[in-house]
Amino acid sequence: MAKLNLALYWASSCGGCDVAVLDVNEKILDIAAVADIVLWPVAVDGKYADIEAMEPGTIDVCLFNGAVRNSENEHIAMLLREKSKVMVAFGSCAVSGGIPALANFKERDEVLKRVFMETPSTVNPEGVLPLTRCEVPEGTLSLPEFYKYVHCLDQVVEVDYYVPGCPPTPQRIWDVVQAIVSGNLPPRGATVGATEKSLCDECKRIKQNKKVKRFYRVHEIIPDPERCLLEQGLLCMGPVTRGGCGAQCISANMPCRGCYGPLPGVIDQGAKYISSIGSIMDVQSPEEVESLLETIADPAGTFYRFGMSTALLRGANR
Amino acid sequence: MENFEPKIIGFLCNWCSYAGADLAGVGRMQYPSNLRVIRVMCSGRVDPTFVFKALSEGADGVLIAGCHPGDCHYTDGNYNTLKRIPLMLKVLEQFGVEKERVRMEWISAAEGSIFAGVVKEFTETVRKLGPYKRNGLERGGKVG
Repeated sequence: MAKLNLALYWASSCGGCDVAVLDVNEKILDIAAVADIVLWPVAVDGKYADIEAMEPGTIDVCLFNGAVRNSENEHIAMLLREKSKVMVAFGSCAVSGGIPALANFKERDEVLKRVFMETPSTVNPEGVLPLTRCEVPEGTLSLPEFYKYVHCLDQVVEVDYYVPGCPPTPQRIWDVVQAIVSGNLPPRGATVGATEKSLCDECKRIKQNKKVKRFYRVHEIIPDPERCLLEQGLLCMGPVTRGGCGAQCISANMPCRGCYGPLPGVIDQGAKYISSIGSIMDVQSPEEVESLLETIADPAGTFYRFGMSTALLRGANR
Repeated sequence: MENFEPKIIGFLCNWCSYAGADLAGVGRMQYPSNLRVIRVMCSGRVDPTFVFKALSEGADGVLIAGCHPGDCHYTDGNYNTLKRIPLMLKVLEQFGVEKERVRMEWISAAEGSIFAGVVKEFTETVRKLGPYKRNGLERGGKVG
């Protein structure tokens, strides 16, 4: 069998997804045995020009991680889409915006002002902001355009498969690679590497009566490692999040952050979570409700930690 | 903005508020036609998804009305509303949405005049706030 051409790309992301690919450890050699890596900026030397010179469809599979934040991300996404037979949105950022998309709560100008002028580590008395073009004696310098909205991959190009996770777990990555190699692929548009049931379904903790009198942040209590974290007042996203991650956070006594995304049929993970949290609050009067809600720091950022690009409400850009 | 007629979606519970709206109709009470009523079996059935979807698809305000606490046909469905909606309002505020756009009211089957009053007042509130959409960009719309 001819070797597969594989491309991995990072757009607006932290690099964790690339590291997760390396976390398959010695199996990376098996991947190298069946696939030629034509582009992987984090690990191998590849040039955009080489990709541009390829015939459409040359790349068999592209694992694209990261959100689309600027014009460079968009350009490469469109380029790789053209050259790839199978485009995979790999990791939470490509699937639904991820952490970078939390910026969608703010407008573009606020983000730039904060980052380039106000952060404590910034010294910028002249208030210099990045420009897409700048004339200097040596010629013209250019930078990608910073968009006003952080998009997930399928808002920019057609996506064939989704692999959620921040990052996807190495075991699931290996499953995906095997599926590609064997040609045993699910129908287009499927979410691969995650289950159809909620994380609670695979969580081994003891679940009893969910009645919460106050919520805690993770640093405020040491939770009982045997009992349901939600029952102990930690905002665990398990009830509204797909399983398949192996409940790694839960095993480390930390609540689920929701990176595997909403369950099938759910269009807005955060809204569903508001719904489920509302029904476990053990209070009756509006005043008690208010004081209980005071114990939730940053509800929107918590409930939409990985899903702002696909949220029904568009934040500051409505 | 002068001729702005807000679109308001009203989720009314079958047992109290919808009957209250019926009473307002039977009693020929005048109230603005900006409200589009959707009957639900219980105000506790109103998932925040409904509210967010309404706003994202063209509504300028959302009214959620149910039985008074203690009067729920299903014993405690409206207590879920009472806890869920304030949390949703907090999230809405973080999204930059004026929380006056979403209103929770308890209206019994006997309170037709209160229903008419709430709709009148709420329509004016939303009219003052203006349209929900600022730039007309659709969800997941054009890149940029």
